[in-house]
Amino acid sequence: MVQLTLPKNSRMRVGKTWPKPEGATNVRKFQIYRWNPDDGENPRVDTYFVDMDKCGPMVLDALIKIKNEIDPTLTFRRSCREGICGSCAMNIDGINTLACIYGLDEIKGDVKIYPLPHMPVIKDLIPDLTHFYAQHASIMPWLETATNRPEKEWRQSIEDRRKLDGLYECVMCASCSTSCPSYWWNGDRYLGPAALLHAYRWIIDSRDEATGERLDQLEDPFKLYRCHTIMNCAKTCPKGLNPAKAIAEIKKMMVERVV
Amino acid sequence: MADVNRGNRPLSPHLQIYRPQLTSITSILTRITGNALIVAALLITWWLLAAASGEGYFALVDGIVRSWFGKLVFLGAIWAVWYHFLAGLRHLYYDSGRGLDIPTAEKLGWACIGGSVVLTLITVIIL
Repeated sequence: MVQLTLPKNSRMRVGKTWPKPEGATNVRKFQIYRWNPDDGENPRVDTYFVDMDKCGPMVLDALIKIKNEIDPTLTFRRSCREGICGSCAMNIDGINTLACIYGLDEIKGDVKIYPLPHMPVIKDLIPDLTHFYAQHASIMPWLETATNRPEKEWRQSIEDRRKLDGLYECVMCASCSTSCPSYWWNGDRYLGPAALLHAYRWIIDSRDEATGERLDQLEDPFKLYRCHTIMNCAKTCPKGLNPAKAIAEIKKMMVERVV
Repeated sequence: MADVNRGNRPLSPHLQIYRPQLTSITSILTRITGNALIVAALLITWWLLAAASGEGYFALVDGIVRSWFGKLVFLGAIWAVWYHFLAGLRHLYYDSGRGLDIPTAEKLGWACIGGSVVLTLITVIIL
């Protein structure tokens, strides 16, 4: 359901302002969402100052620097630092992206960092993605076949393989789904852009033999049709993919199979 | 669904912090104009009903509808009709699977905004 305001326990307060680095001339202000599950307090927004002359170019570099040098309790996920693992997805400067491949020079003014929007927070910048992953699993993200297994691999023409470009690159970072107002209001039943992009990736795979079954599963007022082409998903995808387009293609297939 | 709210987990901020996008603004405007037009249609119905129910009552309602405020409301309604119409066409185009790359979608968004203003001006001049 649409609820424009945050629940009482989720409203943010002004947090702590951490001391500025001594002797630094090129200082930048960071405002970062904090929530500690152990103190029973509401979330707060802390202010940090980072010496940019001694900081790497990416948002993740600054976060790691803050954790190492200012506040070791700051908690976030990160791993590959090259945009392939999808761990460090968060809301930076008002859009969802990967902290490791988003340059600090792309942001004007203070750097504001929040967890992915409209998600239950585990701690600080870490959202609970359990439901998001369960939705991905529900679209059967694997090759479904009925015919006998070939002796070697399932073969595919170059043209058919090309249809997977722009889909297989998704790293499941959840930036798109958590940017989508429809997913905010109906995320319990609407599958969201990421799961639907994956659904389409298997629907158009020439080797898959469960297209009808896959479409049957998506034929639902909520699972698929809560997409209203708001397009926040495509706009925010850190990998430059277009879930909105994939969803439109599924909707077209739904129509094409009945006419 | 797994137990996603163990320990009274807060909900992360959403509308409060997400930067408005051209595509999201033009999308929600479609809905807002659609709903506002229902109100405008009710106003017109009220005006017609008043005309049917008697001279005295019609004079009152006609006075409200033709006041500067009433005219402002209907100017807004003219814009809302054009905007809703253009956004509807855009949606139809989207549904054919076209225009969904971000540069095109944003051009279409500006076309809906600019187009609705121009068409409103033309309508006002003609009327």
